Amino acid sequence: MMAQIQQQEDKVNLGAKKFVMWIFIFTSFMLFAAFTSGFIVYVGGSGKGLGIALPESFRFSTIVLVISSITLFFASKAAKQLDFDKQQRLLWVTIGLGIAFLVLQLYGWYTLAYKMKIYLVDPNATRSFVYVITLAHLLHVIGGLIWLASSLSGSIKRIPQVKNLYRMEMTAIFWHFLDIIWIYLYVFLLLNQ
Amino acid sequence: MSTLAVHDHGVAHHEEGHEHHHDTFLTKYVFSQDHKMIAKQFLITGITMAVIAMLLSILFRIQLAYPDKSFPLLETLLGRFAPEGRLDPEFYLSLVTIHGTIMVFFVLTAGLSGTFSNLLIPLQVGARDMASPFLNMLSYWFFFTACVIMLSSFFVQKGPAGGGWTIYPPLSALPTAMKGSGLGMTLWLISMVCFVASSLMGGINYVSTVLNMRTKGMDLWKMPLTIWAFFLTAILGVLSFPVLVAGVVLLIFDRSFGTSFYLSDIVVNGQVMPFEGGSPILFQHLFWFLGHPEVYIVIMPAMGISSEIMSVNSRKPIFGYHAMVYSLIGITVLSFIVWGHHMFITGMNPFLGGVFMITTLIIAVPSAVKTFNWLATLWRGNIRFTPAMLFAIGMVSFFISGGITGIFLGNAALDINLHDTYFVVAHFHLVMGSAAIFGMLAGVYHWFPKMFGRMMDEKLGYLHFWLTFIGAYLVFFPMHFMGLDGVPRRYYAFTEFASMQRWLSVNMFITWAAIMSACAQVAFLYNFISSIFFGKKATQNPWQANTLEWTTPVEHLHGNWPGEIPSVYRWPYDYSKPGAEEDYILQTTPLSQTMSSNLPHDFEDNPAGLEALNKWTSTQKANEEVK
Repeated sequence: MMAQIQQQEDKVNLGAKKFVMWIFIFTSFMLFAAFTSGFIVYVGGSGKGLGIALPESFRFSTIVLVISSITLFFASKAAKQLDFDKQQRLLWVTIGLGIAFLVLQLYGWYTLAYKMKIYLVDPNATRSFVYVITLAHLLHVIGGLIWLASSLSGSIKRIPQVKNLYRMEMTAIFWHFLDIIWIYLYVFLLLNQ
Repeated sequence: MSTLAVHDHGVAHHEEGHEHHHDTFLTKYVFSQDHKMIAKQFLITGITMAVIAMLLSILFRIQLAYPDKSFPLLETLLGRFAPEGRLDPEFYLSLVTIHGTIMVFFVLTAGLSGTFSNLLIPLQVGARDMASPFLNMLSYWFFFTACVIMLSSFFVQKGPAGGGWTIYPPLSALPTAMKGSGLGMTLWLISMVCFVASSLMGGINYVSTVLNMRTKGMDLWKMPLTIWAFFLTAILGVLSFPVLVAGVVLLIFDRSFGTSFYLSDIVVNGQVMPFEGGSPILFQHLFWFLGHPEVYIVIMPAMGISSEIMSVNSRKPIFGYHAMVYSLIGITVLSFIVWGHHMFITGMNPFLGGVFMITTLIIAVPSAVKTFNWLATLWRGNIRFTPAMLFAIGMVSFFISGGITGIFLGNAALDINLHDTYFVVAHFHLVMGSAAIFGMLAGVYHWFPKMFGRMMDEKLGYLHFWLTFIGAYLVFFPMHFMGLDGVPRRYYAFTEFASMQRWLSVNMFITWAAIMSACAQVAFLYNFISSIFFGKKATQNPWQANTLEWTTPVEHLHGNWPGEIPSVYRWPYDYSKPGAEEDYILQTTPLSQTMSSNLPHDFEDNPAGLEALNKWTSTQKANEEVK
């Protein structure tokens, strides 16, 4: 009886922790909303626009990130079906795609700076915004990779299924959010080209 | 740390319940994950920071009262910051800046929310701890780091940040602009990043705990107003602090990487700077989008605490419980659409100014609802003037007298004249400074027995209250008249201007009033510290209050309740209910045990209960007739 109550409380507590992740997503969203509204206020005040075509690698990175969301979805599904090998394989793929995203973003900066001669320091601050926004998102992606790694290591170490699912879910919530927020940011920047 | 935490948990599982919990000194007092201990850590750090910020204010008050006098002691104490016994003008600006920063963020945000949300949320909603105790501990240590970094800026060559607590660029964005823009400003920014991280971790935890971990029967409409206030405060913080982060990140890029988000056409020491095309107004938008909700982050916990204390000590239900909640929600929502009233003189489109003016003035409505409800709660109550009650009433007093001038300042036409004068200083020191600190002190006096298991001394409490209450009015009330006369804030020696010379005598008066109020705090500090060790032992429910925290044992245990968490059957304000045996009924008392005091209203969604009540009343009546 006592053990049952204890178990129930733990379960409830995991729910509360999952909720913590949701609220964290709200705060993250507010951060990016602040950047993009700052962008709008700046454009409105100075009358300047971005005036450049975004590097192509941003388009590829978007595709890569969307695919990584899909692989993560299947990894979660595999975890629920107790197919841990499949879960781990798909998590490896997701991590690989996440790293590919990182590399593509960095390559995008390289294109901006070395090919297009658009630097962080620019009298037109909308261009600086491109760097700052992508950097902020990149830091979040690194956080997401850490979550992915913790899910993977948990699965490899065969932690109890409740915890495994909990980690998977936390990772999934965060990673899908990163995907969606990047699409928002990318479309926002595209519209302001 | 995480391994320690896991280990800890294991111990709790092996033993029966949570009471025999083996803690080392380190896990119990330092890296504690227990919400009650974290609350105490926040409180003591907050009080320490408050004392420091108060001493800073005394320093600059001395300068304002005696602009021409030399105090050799100051040089002994401050060294190069007070050459020849007079404050250095730039250090004066630093003092004002750090006083504001510490008071607004470190005392009234972390010290207030951090203490009472941590202490009361799990205890009053009936939870064993926060949603994530580890995050909670991290929140405190980030806060502590922020405090240390902020104070460390007093020990760098050029002194602390000096651009005002609002750190407007260009002063804050150009390290060479003034002394206070150098390393001190960098430290300010680092400290603030830690602080925001701490606030977010705390706020996220509070929201999640309130929404997910309430005990059986504790639906949202049975929560005490304290919880409502902390909950909505946390939501405000969670939504607005990230915007400050965005603003600060851009500021850091301007400072350190040479971007031009906020800077344009700058000349420093005759040298043209390369910045081009930025807009300092952009920073103000980002800052005040946090900054305005921030003032409600400061005042709403004080409102919640006062509501609870006034109800307990009037022995009456809070007047208009639902109206109190809806007005809190109203304030929360409105606080996000009024930030422009800090920026009326930035060349804002007058139409936009008009919109901000209207939204600002609408806030008067929920504020007035709250005020009238507090007064109606007091009306014909069996009032017990405990120190906590006095401070709660004082909070209402300051909220009224400071809030009224808010209506003046919310008008764009008046604000253009009053902006950056002492009128503004008077306004916000009353409405958010004094009111919030009184709410916090009320909370300390009221929940001290819950925190430390002992009572504070009442006589010292009364002395503390009256000196502080009178002192605060004597300090801030005259400032209204200075402001109306056009005296600008943040000036080192405005009495040098011929037209303002006559205010020197008033300045001296204010300074002595401030010194008196500062001395009054000694009574509090002595009372607080000595009562922790030698105070009278507290009983389980010293104020005869209804809320859940008073059903826990006086001795703290990990997990709060020794057995099962109690269930809740009624709202927290059943004081002096007609027909009841005592003048308070705990939230844990089922309606079936209080038949004589039940009302049809208590059974709104409960037809079976209503039927039982009707049956009981008719038998009672029948019995009466037989007699």
